[in-house]
Amino acid sequence: MNLRYQIATGLVLTALMGGAASAKTLVYCSEGSPEGFDPALYTSGTTFDASEHTIYDKLVLFETGTTNVIPGLAESWESSEDGLEYTFNLRKGVKFHSNDQFTPSRDFNADDVIFSFERQGKADNPYNQVSGGTWEYFNGMSMPDLIKEIVKVDDYTVKFVLNRPEAPMISNLAMGFASIMSKEYADAMLAAGTPEMVNQAPIGTGPFSFVAYQKDAVVRYKANADYWRGASPIDDLVFAITPDASVRYQKLKAGECHVMPYPNPADIEAMKADPDVNMLEQEGLNVGYLAYNTKVAPFDNTNVRKALNMAIDKQAIIDVVFQGSGQAAKNPIPPTIWSYNDAIEDDKYDPEAAKAALEAEGVTDLNMKVWAMPVQRPYNPNARRMAELIQADMAKVGVNVEIVSYEWGEYLDRSKAEDRDGAVLLGWTGDNGDPDNFLAVLLGCDGVGGSNRAQWCNDEFEALIQKAKVVSDPAERTRLYEEAQVVFKREAPWATIAHSVVFMPVSPKVTGYKVHPLGGHIFYGVDIAE
Amino acid sequence: MFRYLLSRLLTFLPTFFGVTIISFAFIRMLPGDPIIVMAGERGVSEERYAELIQQFGFDQPIWRQYLDYLGGVVQGDLGQSFVTKKPVWDEFFALFPATLELSICAMIFAVALGLPAGVIAAVNRGKLFDRTLMSTALVGYSMPIFWWALLLIIVFSGMLGITPVSGRISLLYYFDNPSGFMLWDALVSDQKGAFWSALHHLILPTIVLGTIPLAVIARQTRSAMLEVLSEDYIRTARAKGLAPGRVNGVHALRNALIPVITVIGLSVGTLLAGAILTETIFSWPGIGKWMVDSIFRRDYPVVQGGLLLIAVMVMIVNLTVDVLYGLINPKIRKR
Repeated sequence: MNLRYQIATGLVLTALMGGAASAKTLVYCSEGSPEGFDPALYTSGTTFDASEHTIYDKLVLFETGTTNVIPGLAESWESSEDGLEYTFNLRKGVKFHSNDQFTPSRDFNADDVIFSFERQGKADNPYNQVSGGTWEYFNGMSMPDLIKEIVKVDDYTVKFVLNRPEAPMISNLAMGFASIMSKEYADAMLAAGTPEMVNQAPIGTGPFSFVAYQKDAVVRYKANADYWRGASPIDDLVFAITPDASVRYQKLKAGECHVMPYPNPADIEAMKADPDVNMLEQEGLNVGYLAYNTKVAPFDNTNVRKALNMAIDKQAIIDVVFQGSGQAAKNPIPPTIWSYNDAIEDDKYDPEAAKAALEAEGVTDLNMKVWAMPVQRPYNPNARRMAELIQADMAKVGVNVEIVSYEWGEYLDRSKAEDRDGAVLLGWTGDNGDPDNFLAVLLGCDGVGGSNRAQWCNDEFEALIQKAKVVSDPAERTRLYEEAQVVFKREAPWATIAHSVVFMPVSPKVTGYKVHPLGGHIFYGVDIAE
Repeated sequence: MFRYLLSRLLTFLPTFFGVTIISFAFIRMLPGDPIIVMAGERGVSEERYAELIQQFGFDQPIWRQYLDYLGGVVQGDLGQSFVTKKPVWDEFFALFPATLELSICAMIFAVALGLPAGVIAAVNRGKLFDRTLMSTALVGYSMPIFWWALLLIIVFSGMLGITPVSGRISLLYYFDNPSGFMLWDALVSDQKGAFWSALHHLILPTIVLGTIPLAVIARQTRSAMLEVLSEDYIRTARAKGLAPGRVNGVHALRNALIPVITVIGLSVGTLLAGAILTETIFSWPGIGKWMVDSIFRRDYPVVQGGLLLIAVMVMIVNLTVDVLYGLINPKIRKR
C-alpha cells in the first residue's frame, strides 16, 4: 500500500468516524487547471496558485496581503554601494519535500539557488530545454540582460552580480519564476531519464507538498510538517477545479468548497447578503485605461487629450461595467502601490468644458475609433460595454466614435503599431508591486511600438523613471515616481479609467485568509473552524 | 458480411486524410497566433518572437508543416501541446474516459426513456399522453444546455441538497484511477461508498447531456412506429389475432428501429458537442473542455490531434451503426 493511498484511506476513515481526530481539509474551488507545476515555465495566475504559493519558496517573499518584501529562504541581504551586487545570506536547516521517487539527503543551500536561475538563463544547463522551457517571465523581466553572474560565496551565501543597477531587483526575486527548486531532485531525475518529473511531480520547500493531480479535476496537497515558518493549521489542501463561476458559488453554498476566486460581478450583491458566504475584498493591483495614439493628429495635442478625458463619465462606467466592483482611476498606478500620488486631481467630468476646449483647439466634427478588447479581465470586465458608454459620452461633446474590435491575439498585435488609428482600451496587472513595473513597461520610451500603447515618449517623464530605477533609497524613489505621475497627468497620454476591486467569497468557517494584492491565492496560515 | 465490412472500412481512409487537412487548416485560419496569445498584455520582444517562431516550426512553409504533421500522425505521434508541453496522445487518453463514461450514461438514459416513450406515444397517437410527451420533447430539444444545467444544480443541489454540485466523486475518496472510468475504478477500489458517490455525481450531468438525445429518440421512435403501424403486415398480424403487445413490441418495433438506430448513431456527434458545455458546468474532466481551452489558446497540436481522434471515434461509431443495420435487416448487407 503506497503512502498516498494510506493517507487517503486514513482521511476517509477519519471523515466517516467524524469527531475531533478528523484531518482538516481545506477545499479551494479553483478556476482552471494548472499548466504544470514549475512556475518559471508558465505565466498564468492559475498555475502560480497551484505551484509558487503552495509548493515553493523564494529567496524573498511578498508578505501575504501586502506588496511588502520580507525575508524568505534568504534570512537577510545587502546591496553594494553602486547597486551592482546583491549578497543573500541563506537560511539554514530548510528541508525539501520528498515523494515516492525522491528523499532529499541534504538541506537547502546555495547550489539550489544557482540551479534555479541558471536553468532559465544558461543554454548549456541540462534543464534549459526540458519541458520546452521558454522561460517567459525570466526573459520578460529582462533577467538575461540584467544578471551578469550568480556566485556561490559559500554554502549559505550567494551573490547576484548585475550589469546595471536595478532598484526593483529584490521585488523581482519574490516573483514566481524565482521559485527555488531542489538541485538534488533535478539531478536525480536527470539521471533517471525523467527530467520532466521536476515539473510534473514537484519538490519544493513550501508550506504544502504535492500529492497528486488529475487534469481538470483536482490537485491534492499535504501540509509540510517541517515547514521553516511552522506547519500550516490545516492538514490537507485540495484544489477542486471548477471552471464555471456560478457553479463555484453553488459549491461554496453547499459546503463542497471553502474558498472560491473570481465570482460573477452580477452575483456579488447576493453573495454579500448570503449567510453562507463571508465576502472579503481588496483593491486589485491593476489599472484599466484608454490609450490615445499620441503620435497621430489631433491626439498628439495634449489639450485635445485633456478635453477628451473630461468628456468621459467614469462613475457611470464603474456603476455599469464594474457593477460597483471598481473605483475610478486617476493615476496610472493603483492606490495599493507605494508612491501612489494621492495629491493629484483627476480631470473633472465636464462635457461643456470638454466641448469648449475642443473648439478652442479648432477640433470640430472629430471622428475617432475606440478599440474594445474581446476578452474579460479584472481591470475591464466588459470592454464592449465600456466602449459604448465612452461612445455615448463622446457624442455629447460632438465627437463621433466608431467601436472596433479584433480577435485577442490580433488585438494585442495591431494595437502596438505606431501609426495605429484610434484609442485602445487595455490594462495591466502588476507583477511585483513596484511602480517601475507599471510606469516603465506601459509608458516608457522603450515600450513605444510595443507595450506602450499610447506611443508616448516624454523626456521629462522618462528621465524621472530611469533615475528611479537606479536609485536604491526608497524615499528618493517615491519622490521621483510621485513627480512622474504629475507629468503623466499633465500630459494625459491615457484616460485612466478604473482599478478593480477583487472579491473573494469564503466560507464563514474559514479564518486567516487574506486577499493578496498581487492576485495570488495563498493558503499558508489559513484555518477552518470546526 | 466480411466484404461489407471491408468496403465500409475502405471509405475510412479518404475521410481520415480529409480530417487531417481540415483540422490542420481550420485552426490556422483563425486569426491570432499562439505566441502572441500566450504572451498576453505582457507582449514579447521581436527577437524573442523570432526565436519562438523557429522553435515551434512556424518559419517553415505551410505544406512542409502539414507534411511533418502528417508524418507524425502516420507514426502515431500527434505532437506536443504548446501549453502543457505534454504529448497530445497522453492528454487525450487521460481525459477521454471521463467523456466516454458520461456519454455512455447519457445515451443509456436517453435510449432507456426515449424508446418506450416513443412507442407508447405512437400506440396512443393523438391522446393526451402523446401530446404531452411530444411537446415536452420539443421543450427538451430546444432547451439551452447551460441554462438547464444551472437550473438543475440550483434546484437539486442548492435547494434540495440531494445531488452534489459538480465533480466526478466526493473529494473524500481518493484512489488511483488507472482505467479512467470512475464507476469501474470506484467499484474495484476497496473504499466503501466510493461507487455510490461516483454514481451520485453522474446523475445531473447524465440528465443534462442526455436530454437532447432523449427528445430526439422519443420523437424519432414515435414517427417510425407510426409509419410501421400503418403497414399491411401489421394489419395482417392484428387480423391473425396476435396480442397487441406482441404486434407493437416485436413486429412493429423491430422494423421501426432502423431509423432510430441511425439517429442514435448521429447523436454521438451531438453528445460530444453537448459535452463541451456539460463538462464545463459540472467540472467534468473530459475532452470537451480541453478542446475549447485549446482553441482559445491556439494550441495547434491539441486542436489538430483532438479533432482527429474525435473524428475517428465518430467514424467508428458510424461503422458500428452500419454493421448493426446489417444485423437487424439482412437486406442491407446484401445490397
